[in-house]
Amino acid sequence: MQAAVIVFPGSNCDRDVAVCLEAAMGQAPLMAWHGDAALPKCDLIVLPGGFSYGDYLRCGSMAANSPIMREVVAQAQKGAAVLGICNGFQVLTECGLLPGVLMQNTGLNFVCRNTRLTVTNNKTAFTVQYAAGEEITVPVAHNEGNYFADDDTLKQLQDENRIAFTYAPGDNPNGACLDIAGISDKAGRIVGMMPHPERRAEAALGGEDGKRMFTGIVEALS
Amino acid sequence: MSNSQRHINDTQITDEIVAEHGLTPDEYQMVCDHMGRTPNYTELGVFSVMWSEHCSYKSSRKWLKKLPVDGPQVIQGPGENAGVIDIGDGDAAVFKMESHNHPSFIEPYQGAATGVGGIMRDVFTMGARPVANLNALRFGQPDHPKTRHLVAGVVSGIGGYGNCIGVPTVGGEINFDKSYNGNILVNAMCVGVARTDKIFYAAATGIGSPVVYVGSKTGRDGIHGATMASAEFDDASDEKRPTVQVGDPFTEKLLLEACQELMASDAIIGIQDMGAAGLTSSSVEMADKGGVGIWLDLDKVPCRETHMTGYEMLLSESQERMLMVLKPGREAEAEAIFTRWGLDFAVIGELTDTGRMVVSHEGQTIADMPLGPLADGAPEYERPYVPTATAPAFDAALLTKAPDMGAALKTLMASSEIASRRWVYEQYDSMVMGDTLAGPGGDAAMVRVHGTDKALAISTDVTPRYCFADPVEGGKQAVAEAYRNISATGATPLAITNCLNFGNPERPEIMGQFVGCLEGMGDAGRALNFPVVSGNVSLYNETNGTGIMPTPAIGGVGLLKQLDKAVGNRLTSNGHVIYLLGETHGHLGASLYQRDVLANDTVFAPPPVDLEKEAAHGAFVRAAIDDGLLAAAHDISDGGLAVALAEMSIGHGIGANITADGDAAFWFGEDQARYILVVEADDAVALEARVGDLPLTRIGTSGGTDLQFADKVTISVVELHDLNEGWFPALMQG
Repeated sequence: MQAAVIVFPGSNCDRDVAVCLEAAMGQAPLMAWHGDAALPKCDLIVLPGGFSYGDYLRCGSMAANSPIMREVVAQAQKGAAVLGICNGFQVLTECGLLPGVLMQNTGLNFVCRNTRLTVTNNKTAFTVQYAAGEEITVPVAHNEGNYFADDDTLKQLQDENRIAFTYAPGDNPNGACLDIAGISDKAGRIVGMMPHPERRAEAALGGEDGKRMFTGIVEALS
Repeated sequence: MSNSQRHINDTQITDEIVAEHGLTPDEYQMVCDHMGRTPNYTELGVFSVMWSEHCSYKSSRKWLKKLPVDGPQVIQGPGENAGVIDIGDGDAAVFKMESHNHPSFIEPYQGAATGVGGIMRDVFTMGARPVANLNALRFGQPDHPKTRHLVAGVVSGIGGYGNCIGVPTVGGEINFDKSYNGNILVNAMCVGVARTDKIFYAAATGIGSPVVYVGSKTGRDGIHGATMASAEFDDASDEKRPTVQVGDPFTEKLLLEACQELMASDAIIGIQDMGAAGLTSSSVEMADKGGVGIWLDLDKVPCRETHMTGYEMLLSESQERMLMVLKPGREAEAEAIFTRWGLDFAVIGELTDTGRMVVSHEGQTIADMPLGPLADGAPEYERPYVPTATAPAFDAALLTKAPDMGAALKTLMASSEIASRRWVYEQYDSMVMGDTLAGPGGDAAMVRVHGTDKALAISTDVTPRYCFADPVEGGKQAVAEAYRNISATGATPLAITNCLNFGNPERPEIMGQFVGCLEGMGDAGRALNFPVVSGNVSLYNETNGTGIMPTPAIGGVGLLKQLDKAVGNRLTSNGHVIYLLGETHGHLGASLYQRDVLANDTVFAPPPVDLEKEAAHGAFVRAAIDDGLLAAAHDISDGGLAVALAEMSIGHGIGANITADGDAAFWFGEDQARYILVVEADDAVALEARVGDLPLTRIGTSGGTDLQFADKVTISVVELHDLNEGWFPALMQG
């Protein structure tokens, strides 16, 4: 299984997610540089959290136009599994692989804390090891995590069962529509989410609820 | 030569110009003597920043020399960009705390942000990867018209910088007091981890070696920031906003990664962050430490503004810049790394054998100065000082007006000092890097050393009330509290950094506070084997002649060799036995109870610190944790025993039945060297068996949803929690 973590200038969760992938796969993922125009054929591509290009323009928009993203989009369209976490989710919406947009939190402040999530769809490639409706705890850390899409898009996401995670009732940290924490493409191969499963993937860090994202995708792909 | 450059060095140096540069007439005469002639305008500017209080420590050096700086754990003590200690297995912890007080008061977001950026550069300059940030913040009264604006700006700036660069902000402290109304304190601490055989130092050697500039371009921001930081404020201080630098955490992230990449090779001879006094101080310090001279060609300096004079380039404090001396012939490989990261890279000079700093610009020599006097020639002042008068003991008659115990506890849990800082720390990314074992809100933060089973415990502490009432005891207490906070996790305290914030040292009573606090800190550091390895002094924290309370902030670092042994400071289960370790005399002088419950601001003596007991009790706690006996441990500090118990309860919403009993002094006294220890019922006998002569008292049992005190007072844990959580959001909502 070949996995790659894309490193944009300003990515800062690239190492964290690589640690989790290595633990799940038994081998280190490829760390792919944003400026490279080519990417070896991958089964799994992860867009990590951070502040790509400083996020001085709209979050993720510069990264969405970087050379490597043409390769990521091309491989995604051929069926590679893609996970975007936090800034990676923002990049996925900016490059059109997922619909909607991540706006500034309604509280107007950066927020870093644990959130309770409901696994709304356990049929995506990344959620196979969770039970449908299971509640898990995973932290968020973002300033722009307020998921927004027009009513038609939201209805489509619901109808196609593409809402992967929602914040548990009363625990929405950013004002996201329908309490959306993460969504997928129609095939369930591309998932974007604001919470950071890589930050809660071992007992020493407070819990292991995030670990099954990584062991799950390895199971789904092998 | 451009018109502006010619104009500036043709300027006749007048008394007014000397005064504007913050030099006294005597100091100016010394400059002339060192130069053997009258300095030109550029040279005067360079001398003025190098001899500023901020860069030269001219008022404090004499006293700093008395601090303990040695120990088998110390690899590098004060004098480098950061201190370095040995944490075993070839690993080192690299850390320092630094103030950014003056800029943060003028422009809170950028002032705080660049404070965080600057301290991280100090750490990664040494070859370390930053792994934790902490911040010790002091603001004015909560209801002062500027406080909310300053809190919001500082917190946002700290988060804005640290979150972006991706280093977790794991702890710190915040106080509110009227003495900070006109001078807030923003002290940023950074801890990094390096390999002991890959530590980088500033000293530059090798005549002819290239001097290399990397990072951001130079602009006009921050010119004379170091001089501003060495003067009092007045009502016109807002006009100094142009001297505040602007931070770019994205560029710092790139600079960090590029430096780490180059440091993996052996191309670097010396490296120095361009911090206060920018290109001037970095080049002077590197050349002086290496015992060489330096030639700089300012035409090569990457600038982001046009028509900058040499004076401006030398004194700019633009952020995210580094100066390096490379081995000759390694320029190309270094340039390739920095170019790949999209950063400027320029060879701007070379080392010489002249012992002088020679600066060229537009084909002309615009400054030619001897390095020794620039680096070390600032006069060392023995400022006159008056020891702080001994404060009287607490007047027990005040207790006749005391409210009942339950009401007092509720008041304290919702007071500005005890209230939960959640509103603040949830704006900080405390978890990035995936090694935060204990983030904000505990006694000490704990961060795993990446890829190992060991962890660093880190805490920032000082109680300014105590330092004001008795600088010597207050200085001791700051060190002792850091020692306790680290010990309460199970970690062994190893070394400290400090950030010494005081008023105007030219006033003998302020200098007396400084001398007293350093005496106490020195005594504590020696007694607790807790030496000072780095630090920073911030004087002139005064506005219109009113100084801050003496605030010698301590940043302590400890090591836990097996991270799975760590304990937290919360009650975790029902039926656990609760003990009090240490003697309770009911010391209420300078306590939070006096300030916030009795609303009394008379200066009474603070609790004395018995350093032998601190050492003995700390060792007992660490050994008990190491043997797996404790379920939780908590240092007792502000608010005394009752507040410490309440803090332990609200964490997981578990109550306790406390059978011990006493008066207000018993519940709220702030006697030192005390901990609350919690054990499973089965371990109680074992804990009691090993205590020997130490004062260990069984005071109750955990359980239920209420805190019950001696069957007299019962308060629901939920109510205490809500009071504690509610204060900060209410403040910020206005």
